[in-house]
Amino acid sequence: MKRDLGEKIFKGLTFISSILILISVAFIFYELIIGSLPSIKAFGWKFLIESIWDPIAERFSALPSIYGTIITSIIALIIGFPISIGIAIFISEICPYYLRQPLSFIIELLGAIPSIIYGMWGLFTLAPIIQLKIGPFLNKYLGFLPFFQGYPLGVGYLTAGIVLAIMIIPTISSISREIIMLVPKEQREGALALGMTKWEMISKVVLGNAKGGIIAGGMLGLGRALGETMAVTMVIGNAPNISISLFSPGYTISSTIANEFTEAVGKLHLSSLIELALILFFITFFTIAFTRYFIIKRIEKR
Amino acid sequence: MFLRKKFSISLIFIFLLVSTLAQVSLTGAGATFPYPLYSRWFFDFEKETKIKINYQAIGSGAGIQQIKAGTVDFGATDAPLTGKEQEESGLIMIPTVAGAVTIIYNLPGIGKGLKLTRDIIADIYLGKIKSWNDPKIISINKDLKIPNIPITVVRRSDGSGTTAIFTAFLSSVSSEWKEKVGAGTSVNWPIGIGGRGNAGVAGYVQNTVGAIGYVELAYAEQNNISYAQIKNKFGNYVYPSIDSVKSAMNLFKIPQDFYVYIVDAIGRESYPIAGFTFLLLRKEQTDLEKAKTLIRLIKWVYEKGDKSAEELLYVPLPEKIKKLAINKLKELKYQGKAIE
Repeated sequence: MKRDLGEKIFKGLTFISSILILISVAFIFYELIIGSLPSIKAFGWKFLIESIWDPIAERFSALPSIYGTIITSIIALIIGFPISIGIAIFISEICPYYLRQPLSFIIELLGAIPSIIYGMWGLFTLAPIIQLKIGPFLNKYLGFLPFFQGYPLGVGYLTAGIVLAIMIIPTISSISREIIMLVPKEQREGALALGMTKWEMISKVVLGNAKGGIIAGGMLGLGRALGETMAVTMVIGNAPNISISLFSPGYTISSTIANEFTEAVGKLHLSSLIELALILFFITFFTIAFTRYFIIKRIEKR
Repeated sequence: MFLRKKFSISLIFIFLLVSTLAQVSLTGAGATFPYPLYSRWFFDFEKETKIKINYQAIGSGAGIQQIKAGTVDFGATDAPLTGKEQEESGLIMIPTVAGAVTIIYNLPGIGKGLKLTRDIIADIYLGKIKSWNDPKIISINKDLKIPNIPITVVRRSDGSGTTAIFTAFLSSVSSEWKEKVGAGTSVNWPIGIGGRGNAGVAGYVQNTVGAIGYVELAYAEQNNISYAQIKNKFGNYVYPSIDSVKSAMNLFKIPQDFYVYIVDAIGRESYPIAGFTFLLLRKEQTDLEKAKTLIRLIKWVYEKGDKSAEELLYVPLPEKIKKLAINKLKELKYQGKAIE
């Protein structure tokens, strides 16, 4: 009897914990909707497709911020995802046993550095390098592409994307490593026994098996990149424009909010910032939902 | 035994009660620009009077909201509220101290000494002057070797009182700016990149060759960033300093509601880009003790705060303005009656 009671209490506690998360998400969603109502009423759909941000005239719109958020996150993923997988494969398959622990430890340490430090590093170290070295180099050799045209200021989409890439590497690589390590030893041994080289074994058997988990790790990294605030605010250039050139300054949703929330006095100004938060909520929600239900499920079915 | 316990507990209660009665403390919230000075002032004030003042630098906008909501005893803001806004929300606004905004730049080979006029600054921020070797800049800086590089305009990305002062200056010297952009804590900038806080702007400027930006005087001084001398209304080129801002304030016409920026002031030695920072108080006070303490605090600041203000590179108010402000305090009411 007594054992039964314990079971029940334990079950109840876990149930309450998970319900709490649901409730808080629902509350956040509710608050965001209520807070953004004035701005939704005032601007309607135009909020999503125009690029004006004028606190004096109280006219706001979100397109430059949405664009910047997506562009910087894509850059971060393009740079950070392959590197993370490389790290994960190296640690789990290739590196000598005595290096495994220290390496994993250092990478996890990277994830614990506060984002303002990344921002400061980006501003004071990376930005000058981009302005004086990387920018002119890209401009000279890849300048025919629209992405690398114009005068590199040092801050902008590219710098923000690189900083974000470094910030998401710990997340993606540690999850990928865990997943790769879960691939059964027998499969690797079987692959080798069939005469595969080590590279064939890693690319076909290990990665093939771990694909779903690795993509989920990438999505977690993307989630971090979409919402990252402080570091991006330091290096994005904070200008509400839309430009195809990665050298130009831009804006992201979270940096707009971080910049303007404390000093926003007008009702519409405040409400527009909350609507931005609502949009970010949707973007993150749909990216995660999309990968969960389409990509990962499809891979797992096979 | 039981009685003794009861007795000691009630003693503790009485002690707590007395100590809370004796300790009036005030809470305030708002502007970040005067925060270093306020913490110094409130620390000194507490040492002298044993009255604790708790100030949170959460930003002017939030400060205004908090005082309107009644969650703090005083608010603080860098951007003034108009007389009408004060009236509508039942607040009065009084200045505590002034600050100057400096124009900083990054030009290789040029340390100090760049000269700028009001028109040039406006044209640069409007995007009309794009290169440092523009004839307008060259002609007033003949003693300097101005390089031929593009100008990178840097401004604050976060809403800030510094921006309010700077854009008020631009609005008062350029009708085009006034029409197209206007003045406020954050505006729709025609061009440029935005840095977060004084540190962000200074960082961009120091890292970008050919950059121009604006930061508070104290920040530029403490970090040894070179700043420009600006031609004032009189026709003199002046550096920002405590004296040149004092000169501007002395000759400035201050309205009753204190809704004013000290920009484009007359006077031979006046620096043209400056402004007050303010406290916001509720006209109808609900706690007599606190109201008296507020008045005492402000009078204390005016009497004894000047020295520490100058040490931290803020500009103390001239006597004339202090008098106006103390007069204004008479509008504070408790249960419909004037206090004191």
